Amino acid sequence: MPDLIEAVGKDTLFFDQSGGGVTFSGGEPLCQPEFLIAALKQCGELEIHRAVDTSGCADGRIVLNVARHTDLFLYDVKILDPVKHRTHTGMDNTGILSNLRMLSESGAAIIIRIPLVPGVNDDSESLARTGEFIAGLPRKHRVDLLPFHRGARGKYAKLGLNYAGEHLPPAPAERVAEAARQLTNFGLAVRTGG
Amino acid sequence: MNERIRRLRQESQNAVPRISIERARLATEFYRDHAGKHSTPVLRALNFLHLSRHKSITIGRDELIVGERGPAPKTVPTFPELTCHSVADLHILDTRPMTRYRIDEADIQTYAREVIPYWQGRSMRDRIFSRLPEEWQRAYASGLFTEFMEQRAPGHTALDGSIYRKGMLDFKLEIADRIAALDYRQDPAAADRAEQLRAMDIACDAAILFAERHAELAERTAADEQDRARKAELQRIAAVCRHVPAHAPRDLWEALQMYWFVHLGIITELNGWDAMTPGHLDQHLQPFYEKGLAAGTLTREQAKELISCFWIKVNNHPAPPKVGVTAKESGTYNDFTNINLGGLTREGASGVSEVSYLILEVADELHLLQPQPSVHISAKTPDRFLKAACRVIRKGYGYPSVFNADETVSEMLRVGKSIEDAREGGCSGCIETGAFGKEAYILTGYLNVPKVFELALNNGRDPLTGRQVGPLTGDPRSFASFDQLYAAFETQLKWVVELKIRGNQFIERTYALNAPAPFLSVVINDCIARGRDYYDGGPRYNTNYIQCCGIGTVTDSLSAINTHVYQEKTVGMERLLRALAADFKGEDQLRQTLQNKTPFFGNDDDRADAIMQRVYASLFAAIDGQPNTKGSAYHLNMLSTTCHVYFGRMLGATPNGRLAGAPESDGTSPSQGADRNGPTAVIQSLAKMDQIKSGGTLLNMRFLPGMLQSEKDLDQLAHLIRTYFRMNGHHIQFNVVDTDTLRRAQAAPAEHRDLLVRVAGYSDYFVDLDRYHQEEIISRTAQLT
Repeated sequence: MPDLIEAVGKDTLFFDQSGGGVTFSGGEPLCQPEFLIAALKQCGELEIHRAVDTSGCADGRIVLNVARHTDLFLYDVKILDPVKHRTHTGMDNTGILSNLRMLSESGAAIIIRIPLVPGVNDDSESLARTGEFIAGLPRKHRVDLLPFHRGARGKYAKLGLNYAGEHLPPAPAERVAEAARQLTNFGLAVRTGG
Repeated sequence: MNERIRRLRQESQNAVPRISIERARLATEFYRDHAGKHSTPVLRALNFLHLSRHKSITIGRDELIVGERGPAPKTVPTFPELTCHSVADLHILDTRPMTRYRIDEADIQTYAREVIPYWQGRSMRDRIFSRLPEEWQRAYASGLFTEFMEQRAPGHTALDGSIYRKGMLDFKLEIADRIAALDYRQDPAAADRAEQLRAMDIACDAAILFAERHAELAERTAADEQDRARKAELQRIAAVCRHVPAHAPRDLWEALQMYWFVHLGIITELNGWDAMTPGHLDQHLQPFYEKGLAAGTLTREQAKELISCFWIKVNNHPAPPKVGVTAKESGTYNDFTNINLGGLTREGASGVSEVSYLILEVADELHLLQPQPSVHISAKTPDRFLKAACRVIRKGYGYPSVFNADETVSEMLRVGKSIEDAREGGCSGCIETGAFGKEAYILTGYLNVPKVFELALNNGRDPLTGRQVGPLTGDPRSFASFDQLYAAFETQLKWVVELKIRGNQFIERTYALNAPAPFLSVVINDCIARGRDYYDGGPRYNTNYIQCCGIGTVTDSLSAINTHVYQEKTVGMERLLRALAADFKGEDQLRQTLQNKTPFFGNDDDRADAIMQRVYASLFAAIDGQPNTKGSAYHLNMLSTTCHVYFGRMLGATPNGRLAGAPESDGTSPSQGADRNGPTAVIQSLAKMDQIKSGGTLLNMRFLPGMLQSEKDLDQLAHLIRTYFRMNGHHIQFNVVDTDTLRRAQAAPAEHRDLLVRVAGYSDYFVDLDRYHQEEIISRTAQLT
C-alpha cells in the first residue's frame, strides 16, 4: 500500500494540470475490496481524483461501500441478454445490472462503457435492449462506445497465451457510427472511444 | 500552398547542395591587394564590401523575397580566411555518401592554384592549431571535447526588433555620432573604437549596395518581362530593395526583405556558428501585418505567401561544409535557423498573435528542413496556441520543439540580464538561451562527460589510444568507497574544463584581433555604443557556453558501480574494469546484470537521480562563472546536438552495459532504452535537474503515431508539456514515428526522402543521417502511454 500511494503521489502535478487522477482497474478491482477501499481512502485524503473501472460483477454491498470513496465509475455494460452474456463472459448479468441500477439511484457519477464486439453485441436487437435499459436507469449517464480492436494481441503473445480475438476483425467505422446513432435515439449522450 | 509556393518549394527541394568557389576567389583577391593597408576591422569591412559589390546575384523566376549567399540556391561558399579546405577535403565533400556537396574538378583545380597557396598558414584554423599546446591537442584527439571555432567563427546570433525600426542609414547616423563623441584624451581605446566604428559604417554601405544591385537587376528584368503580373512584381521587388535595408521597413514585404538582407550579410561576412535567426519573427511581423490588414493593402493569403517565400529562402541555405571532427559532431545540411513563436513580449504579455498561427501554418504546409519553428510557452500562453503546435507535432516532422518561456527568462535573470531583455530573448540553435539582439552567447564546444569518467576509471589514461591524457587520479582498484571514485572523476573534470577554457580564451582573442565581424556588430546592441566588435565584448551581454554531453550515460555508469561494486559488492572493480577493456566479451551475464539490475536515470528513481544531481552540480561548479575574455563568464548548457554519436565512438564500453563505440545518451535525455516507467517518470527525473542554472537542456521523447490520434490525446500531450514546465523544464521535443517506418526508410531511402525526424535540437531527413545516427534514433524508447 505505501508503495502504491507513493507511486500515485509522484504524479500529483500531472493530475493537477490535466484534471486527471487514478483509475483502479484490473482484472476486477472489486475482487479485492479491502485493499481497494483502503487505497481509495488514502487517495481521497491526498485529494486525488479516483475512478474505478469495473465489470460490476460483485456483491451489491461491496459496490455501495466502494462508491462512498469513488469519484467516478467506469461501468461496463456488455450484453443485456442473460443467456448470451453467460455464453460470452461465463457469468450471469443479473447482479451486474441491478448493481448499476442501485449505483445510479445512489447518485454516483458513472460513465457506462459498451465494448462493441462484432458478432457478439453489435446487432441492432442487442443494441436496442442495451439502449432501453440504460435509458431506463434512474439517472442519465454518459455512454462510451468502445469498438473492439486487437491491441491486446502483443500482450498475449508475450505471455505465451493463445489470443482468441485473432480472427475477429475490428469493427468497421460505419458500423460503429451506426451503433452510436442507434443508442443516441434512446436520448443517450454517446461518445465513441473513451 | 499556392502554385508559386509549390514551384519554389519544389525547386528548393530539388536543388543539390554545391560548393561555390566565388567567395573564396573574391576574398583571396581582396586580401592579396589589401592586407596590411588597413586596420583589421576596416580590412574585414572592406572585404565584405568587395564581396557585396562583386558576388554574382540572381532573382529566381517566381521569387518575391530575393537574395542568395551563393550564386544559386543551395550553393554554398567557402571561407578560406577561417578554414581553407584542402584538395583532399574538397574531393571528400564531393564524393562522401552523407551530407555531400558537389564541386567541379575545374573548380578544385582553381582552388588549388589560387586559393589554397595564399591561405596556408594564414587561415584562422592553421594559426589556432599551430599554437595550441600539446596537452590540448592530446585531449582533443581523445575526443574529450570539441572546439567550435576551429573552422567556423563564433556566431550563434538571434536578432531583436531593432532592424524593423532602424535602417542602415539610421545606424550610420548613430555610428557618426559615436565617432564624433570619442574622447581621445580620456579614453585610451578611442583610436581602436574609431577603427571599429569606421568598419561598421563601411559594412552598412556594403549592405545597402548589395540591395541596390538587386534593385537594378529587378528593374532590368522587369524591362524585358512580357508577363504583366510578373513585371509588376519585379518593379515592386526593385522598390523594396531601394528602400531596405537603407531605411526601416514600412510593410510586411519590406520587413521580410529587410531581415533577409541582414541575414545574408551576416552569413556572407563570416560563417558564424550557426543559427542565425530573426528570433521572435511573429512578434516582429505582427505590427506590419495588422497595419496592412487595417489599411486594406494586405490579405492573410498574401502575408502567408510572403512568409512562405522567406521560409524557402532559408531552406536554400545549407550549412557551409565542415571537415574532420566538426563534420562528425554535426553532419547535417541544417544551419539551425530556429524561429521562435509565441513567448513573451518585452512588457511581459503573451507574444502570441494571428501571425504566430500563420507561421505555424506555413511551417506545417512547407515542412522543409529549414528553418525550424519552436513554440515558447509561458503561463500566459493560451492553450489554443499550444494545441495548434501539438497538431503540427503530431504530423511527425519533429518540430515545432517546445520551450518554457518563463524558465528561459529565469535562466537569464539568474545571470544578471534585465527582465525586459530576458523576455525579448529566447532560444536559438537547438536550445541555447540568449538575449536576442543584445548578446554574444558563444557555444565553445561539447564536453564528453562520460569520457572524463572513463579517464577516472583508468587513472587518467585514455584506453582508446593508450596515452596518458589526464592527471593521475589513482587506480580505482584501490578505492575503498564510491566517494573516492567520485573525487577522482571530479579531479579529471576540473582539469579538462580548465584545459578547454585555456584553449577557448586563446582562440577567442585570435578571432577578436584577426577576424572581427563589423556587419554583425551593427545589428547587435550595444556594439555601436561601446565602439567594440561582437567578438570583443561589444554586445550588452557576453556569455560562453560549454555544452555537456552524456549525462544519462555517466549517471547510469556511476549508478552501476555504486550499486554493484560498492553497495551490493557482487562485482569486483578488477572484474568490471577487465570486462570494460574487453568490451564485455565473455562477460555477457555481467553486462545483463549491469543493464537490468541498476537504477537508471529517467525512471523517477532517486537512487539514480541523486547521482545525476551530483554530476550536474560538479559540472556547474567546474564551469559556471569562470571568466571569459570579455569581462563576462562561462555557463553550462546541456546539449549534445549529434555529438553524442561522435563522442560515443571515442568511448570504450561503459559500466552501464553500453558497448564500446555505441552512442552516448543525447542531450539531457535518459540513455536509450533505460527509461522504462513511461513519460511522466522521465519528466520527473529531468525535473530534478536544477535547470535554471543552465543555459538550456534538451529532452527528446518519442511517441508512436497511434498514441496521438484523437483530440483527447492532444490534450494529454499538452498537459504533459505544461506539467514539465510547471516543474521548470526548459525544453521538450517529440518524434512521432514508429520503428517499422524507420526500418522501411533504411531499406528504401529513395521512397522516404521526405521523412523528417528529430535528431537533436533540430530535425533532419532520416535518410540523410548516417547509419550510426539512424540506429541511435531507432534505439530511443518509444513511449506507449
